[in-house]
Amino acid sequence: MTTDLSENAGEPRETPPAAGQAVAAVDPRLLVREEGFAGYWSEFRRKLRSGELGSLPVVVGLIVIGLVFQVQDSAFLGAENLSNLFVTAAGTGLIAVGIVFVLVLGEIDLSVGSVSGLAAAVLAVLNVHHGVPEWLALLLALLTGALAGALHGFFFARIGVPAFVVTLAGLLGWNGLMLQVLGANGTVNLDDSGLVAALTNHYFTDIAAAYGLATLAVAAFFLASWRDSRRREAAGVPSRPLSELVLRTAALAVPAYVVAWLFNQYKGLPLAVVIFLGVVVASDFVLRRTSYGRKVFALGGSVEAARRAGIDVAAVRISVFALSGATAALGGMFLASQINAANQSSGAGSLLMNAIAAAVIGGTSLFGGRGSAWSALLGVLVIQSIASGMALLGIASAVQYMITGAVLLAAVVIDSLSRRTQKTAGRA
Amino acid sequence: MSATPVLALRGISKRFGAVQALTDVELEIRPGEVVALVGDNGAGKSTLVKTIAGVAPADDGVIEWEGRPVTVDRPHTAQELGIATVYQDLALCDNLDVVGNLFLGRELRRAGVLDEVEMERRSRELLATLSIRIPSVRIPIASLSGGQRQTVAIARSLLGEPKVVILDEPTAALGVEQTAQVLDLVERLRERGLGVILVSHNMADVRAVADRVAVLRLGRNNGTFDVRTTTQEQIVSAITGATDNAVTRRARRAADRTEAAEAAGAAEAEGGGA
Repeated sequence: MTTDLSENAGEPRETPPAAGQAVAAVDPRLLVREEGFAGYWSEFRRKLRSGELGSLPVVVGLIVIGLVFQVQDSAFLGAENLSNLFVTAAGTGLIAVGIVFVLVLGEIDLSVGSVSGLAAAVLAVLNVHHGVPEWLALLLALLTGALAGALHGFFFARIGVPAFVVTLAGLLGWNGLMLQVLGANGTVNLDDSGLVAALTNHYFTDIAAAYGLATLAVAAFFLASWRDSRRREAAGVPSRPLSELVLRTAALAVPAYVVAWLFNQYKGLPLAVVIFLGVVVASDFVLRRTSYGRKVFALGGSVEAARRAGIDVAAVRISVFALSGATAALGGMFLASQINAANQSSGAGSLLMNAIAAAVIGGTSLFGGRGSAWSALLGVLVIQSIASGMALLGIASAVQYMITGAVLLAAVVIDSLSRRTQKTAGRA
Repeated sequence: MSATPVLALRGISKRFGAVQALTDVELEIRPGEVVALVGDNGAGKSTLVKTIAGVAPADDGVIEWEGRPVTVDRPHTAQELGIATVYQDLALCDNLDVVGNLFLGRELRRAGVLDEVEMERRSRELLATLSIRIPSVRIPIASLSGGQRQTVAIARSLLGEPKVVILDEPTAALGVEQTAQVLDLVERLRERGLGVILVSHNMADVRAVADRVAVLRLGRNNGTFDVRTTTQEQIVSAITGATDNAVTRRARRAADRTEAAEAAGAAEAEGGGA
């Protein structure tokens, strides 16, 4: 691919003057970004105008929610409340991570609530009634979730039933199976000093743990982006200057250390948060840095293009639904851990809507092809903040539902509007 | 021009139920040659493209690749031989950037992780070699114009180092400037020694870049013409199957009108003079 074509420029055909010469692959009409902070600012404003909002609405939303509740009740931004908020958010957040994969694929999974309840029931019954060791019961519960998801994926990808219908059937079916598994009694209590209980009640009390994790994350982020930048420079492709890397690292470091400090003000670094963050980071890596993730995005963009590129469409679809089932089961473990039991209302109520709402509020598009694992974290924080703030103020759950519904609607409206603006700005 | 065709079709036939879509079709493509495949709607152009691309294998006949007979029964086989096909609907993912689309399905990896740097470097190099101008290789395909998308789709087909590229109606939906860009690109493919099959309805495009024109009519060969020595009328009559066809009739009517107008003008001038 390195043939020099300039020698052929003299051909007598009707070639425009520029055709044969070595021309840089850059359109002269492209507006080049200015150097330094003025460049950032103008780029930022251009993005806003053309509807590329990214995670800006949700960050602004979080700040507004924080301020509103803090004014109403000064305990809201306190260490205890925020620490509990993070721990409670982990279960729904983990389910939302799986939803992000499904949404990026351009599909929907309505069964995650029921699957999480079923997994909790499987865990509790295996462990308590059949004496299976907790770690093994936990693995089997996760496997149950993955299998349930794979089954949805099979009917969707191989038989061609719309995902909406398959997972709606799953919503009912798995809920029924959960009731069956739980048996007549309906509630199975877990060992309150066991492994599953520890998922949400274990804290790393040493203050070094939280600060250490924050330092590790910040250092890893900086090193990874610095190495990437160096490689780009060496390869002669555009790279970020060091000043920008430092700025971005600082933007990560500030919230990381603030949250670590908050955790240390209360009981320390919660295990639930470590696992949740680990799953988010791993999912983000899979989605952005592996060819599997690229395939998921490609399917969300154009199924036909993906098929012609030789991607095994059915395999990717089945695996994504299996993954969604597995994260739903994992989330179910955390939800069971919070109440230390599996009961008939496990995975019921607003769990499903909250998980989907979290992914969408966080910025993952309902229309497929765009999203990020981080939207699960940001979105679930919004939802949990609203729930926690209202509980703190003693607002009835009737009002809570209405407000959460309104926030979800606002998120979808922002998604649709930003898509439309991007279209008119030639970016979608 | 070298003697052995890189790709030769001998007596290709294809049936779809009661329809004989192709009958004994012959076609030869040599390296560094642009062969335009023309014909009216339903003449069998798309079917022929599909048999070459391995999407719909022929019922009868032989496909010769560099002089030896081969079986092309799957798209994958065609790609392995070195036949790249760019379909009319491009098959690009709007949400992925240019690099992501160019390498879709054959991503470069480094220790199991996508090697974005190398992919970006190669994309820039490939686009620069082809003199393709796009704003940036990191913007989503959605923000490119139709012509830019077409050039990206063609560039994508070149990543597999093919020897024959089939372009299905590459200029169908493009404006004047963009059509010129795509035609430039076709010429650059020829300069690189690739055989190009250009399926097109547009006589102007065909005459601008093709070396030879193969005409299909009702699923059969209806002549192969050297572009330099053939008039557009000859090609059109081969496509329609008659020297008296809608196109010539239209041209005749226009000529008649001009003559009549001239005659009337002359008469008027005479009348004025009297």
